[in-house]
Amino acid sequence: MGRFVARRLLQMIPVFLGTTFLIFMMVRILPGDPVAAMWGDKAPDPAQLAAFTHKLGLDLPWYEQYFDYMGKLFTGNFGETMAGRQVIDVISEALPVTIRLALMAFAIEIVFGVGIGLLAGLRRGKFADKSTLVFTLILISIPVPVLGYLFQTFFADQLKWVTPTVQDSMNLGQLLLPAVVLGSLSLAYVARLSRTSIVENIRADYIRTATAKGLPRRKIIGTHLLRNSMIPVVTFLGTDLGALMGGAIVTEGIFNVKGVGNALFRAIGQKEGATVVGFVVVLVIVYLVASLIVDLLYAVLDPRIRYA
Amino acid sequence: MPDLIEKKTAAKIPAQSGSSAPAPKPEKARSLGSDAWEELRRRPIFLISAALILVLIVMTLVPGLFTSVDPRAGDLRNHYLSPPNYSHLFQADWFGYDGQGRSIYSRVVHGARASIIVGICVTAAVTLTGGFIGMLAGYFGGWMDTILSRVTDVFFGIPLLLGCLVVLNSFTERTVWSVVFALTALGWTQMARVMRGSVITVKQADYVTAAKALGASTGRIMLKHILPNAIAPVIVVATIALGGYIATEATLSFLGIGLQDPTISWGIDINSAQKVIRTAPFALFFPAGMLSLTVLAFIMMGDAVRDALDPKLR
Amino acid sequence: MTTVIEKAQATDRLVPGTPLLEVRDLHVEFKTKDGIAKAVNGVNYSVSAGETLAVLGESGSGKSVTAQTIMGILDMPPGRITSGEILFRGQDMLKMSNEERRKLRGRKIAMIFQDALSSLNPVLSVGYQLGEMFRVHEGASRKEAKAKAIELMDRVRIPAAKQRVGDYPHQFSGGMRQRIMIAMALALEPDLIIADEPTTALDVTVQAQVMDLLAELQAEYHMGLILITHDLGVVADVADKIAVMYAGRIVETAPVHELYANPAHPYTEGLLRSIPRLDQKGQELYAIQGLPPNLLKVPAGCAFNPRCDKATDLCRSEIPALHQVLDRDGAELAGRKSACHLWKETLHG
Repeated sequence: MGRFVARRLLQMIPVFLGTTFLIFMMVRILPGDPVAAMWGDKAPDPAQLAAFTHKLGLDLPWYEQYFDYMGKLFTGNFGETMAGRQVIDVISEALPVTIRLALMAFAIEIVFGVGIGLLAGLRRGKFADKSTLVFTLILISIPVPVLGYLFQTFFADQLKWVTPTVQDSMNLGQLLLPAVVLGSLSLAYVARLSRTSIVENIRADYIRTATAKGLPRRKIIGTHLLRNSMIPVVTFLGTDLGALMGGAIVTEGIFNVKGVGNALFRAIGQKEGATVVGFVVVLVIVYLVASLIVDLLYAVLDPRIRYA
Repeated sequence: MPDLIEKKTAAKIPAQSGSSAPAPKPEKARSLGSDAWEELRRRPIFLISAALILVLIVMTLVPGLFTSVDPRAGDLRNHYLSPPNYSHLFQADWFGYDGQGRSIYSRVVHGARASIIVGICVTAAVTLTGGFIGMLAGYFGGWMDTILSRVTDVFFGIPLLLGCLVVLNSFTERTVWSVVFALTALGWTQMARVMRGSVITVKQADYVTAAKALGASTGRIMLKHILPNAIAPVIVVATIALGGYIATEATLSFLGIGLQDPTISWGIDINSAQKVIRTAPFALFFPAGMLSLTVLAFIMMGDAVRDALDPKLR
Repeated sequence: MTTVIEKAQATDRLVPGTPLLEVRDLHVEFKTKDGIAKAVNGVNYSVSAGETLAVLGESGSGKSVTAQTIMGILDMPPGRITSGEILFRGQDMLKMSNEERRKLRGRKIAMIFQDALSSLNPVLSVGYQLGEMFRVHEGASRKEAKAKAIELMDRVRIPAAKQRVGDYPHQFSGGMRQRIMIAMALALEPDLIIADEPTTALDVTVQAQVMDLLAELQAEYHMGLILITHDLGVVADVADKIAVMYAGRIVETAPVHELYANPAHPYTEGLLRSIPRLDQKGQELYAIQGLPPNLLKVPAGCAFNPRCDKATDLCRSEIPALHQVLDRDGAELAGRKSACHLWKETLHG
């Protein structure tokens, strides 16, 4: 296991360097001048533009800029917001909220997704299965902003169970509704994936063996079936973290949760290009680390990976 | 004719072979294709989604067929958020008016164009790019595979929506094509991975070895022997992804970093409706409903295609 | 409630010759999209302690379905037991509750499957999978279970059992994996073991080792053994009696050596002739013409008639019963039965 972890960490280095380089290049190569963008729709004063360009080091050759940029990354310097705050400060302030929200959403999608998938898979072709397919299909089709407003209107405005926007961003109860919205799309995918996986595995020979061993049904499902069926689900969860981050921008924006997504949402709204990039870079790093953790979890579940 | 039990056990084999990623299995393309078509024609889900998509495509090509009202013409004085008149089928006030006094019905019809163009173009572009890269990596293996796979990993390391934020951020004027470009630039990795896996499986098939032994050229082997047999999983993933791209475009436009006025997009309309959500919920309901229906149609289509091409998952 | 299990436990040690299992007139069918497939059509056989019954047949003959029905692991639906009894120590298992049957599985009747790689759970260590038997059936602790798993691995002669107990199935060779399957079946010293093609997936040399191990352990514990195979070569050395199955019916039963020496059914005869022999080098190998029947459309009369070169009009119209076979003098041959209208010609011809 130790060797596997070490190897995975080593493999991550080039991906990390490559990904950050890619973002750097995207910002540099693509049309549009980030400095000019700071003026929004107004035409910038040429002298000021040049001064800013020089100040930001954008007049240097690309490789020097890249080293400069990497140096900043490693020292935690992700730039400033228009208001003059360090991006990293804004993030470290908002991150605990987002992490809470994301973990809640993650828990919801795993518990309900796997639960629904298991139910459907075990009752393949029956009513429970068919209604799961319809339910997940609908859930997948509703884009996050739409779902957010739908829930907001229904649970807050109609039923008055909660306030339409979150008042206290650290309050778990208040975060519940945004977490459900954030987790729902992935919940549907997890449910479908679990169902497929269960259906596939339930016919496997080792399940027949487990039955022939005289194990109780509970144990066959709990230990033998579920453990094997979770492998593709965990793989999905790893790649899904990215979608969760994208979803967080929308969800936090709609429900006014004071997290990283909300900060990013505002930065986009106020056309603060440089800040947006700064936020994205941090989020990408968080994403890479999180996928590494999921990858390691994958190895815990599947010994064939560990010893490969 | 093989007997029944034989068939039963044969059908079990794929289930045993691996519990992780569903291994695409090589099959005869022609019979698979026509089988799939036969299967599809009989499925109501496919027929419904195909009909919906057909309507959407007509809406994209000739919106004038559905409405003659200008979607950009606002009459704030007379129509500011005037409620829908459900008896006026296909007329300007059918779905009511938005916060700028524009006909929501007309905007919903004209909004189809952005979604459909983005969905279809991005899917085509990622399938071509990703498919080509995946084919090269899978077929040649070795250093080619190593390099291409690492490049894929690097791109894969950036979540789609986040990456699009950065890419679109640098366009000052964003059109449908900038959104297509951004989604393609970051979305091709999935196709490349699927194609690579599929090609590696097919490459080992005996008929490929046979074709090589007969001296067929590399290009011919790739196009005539590998591609038709490796394409099925790619088609499945592409059809399902199409709905996702449409949803992503709407989300980006909603966030204000996707399409911009004067392009008409359901995402933009959803965004502008949020300010009036309590007084005029219909302004949100219709674009949101159309968007969901469109995504649903493509996802249902993808589901049906997958079931037809990969019966083992049914 | 005195259950079968308690009664069975009362008879602690197996005495060779004690009747263990009797299958009576078993019928099993499968519902398929194209109709009903009659997989097992009135099978009768029995096994006693210390005895080995080989059930021989091609795939689709119903031999595995019968075994799965005995074991209670038949997929139902699509499978359905339409009639018959399966007596284990005199009690009809088909009338037991699911829970009673579960407790018999693994403890009293165990099964060895063909493909050990797919039959063992890939994500659990072999030690866990072996130990599970003791934990579930005997309430053993984790530690005890592990110790017993090591003991079992030793008994089936897996080298360095103590070090390998935490390994996973994919880390073992095919032969070693099959030994683990055997160990798992033996764990609770069951009365009866059903081995479904236990060596088919193995190399020839490993096949012999695994068969020897099985025979040796059987002799030690006096278990009953049902050996399901399509390979006549495997059977000869280990089996006491043979039941040959075709299209869901038993077509011939006989003590093993008598069957080899002098078959009483044309199908058995064909199978024997299709074994390659050194003394026939250079000659073309005999093969039974045609294919096994489609179970959705079994031919009228004797199911084998389209492939049989002796078939008469009677064979095409009437299903032959399983007759007692007589010798030339009209005396009954013990344990020999044949379901052929022409058994006399076949046996004595």
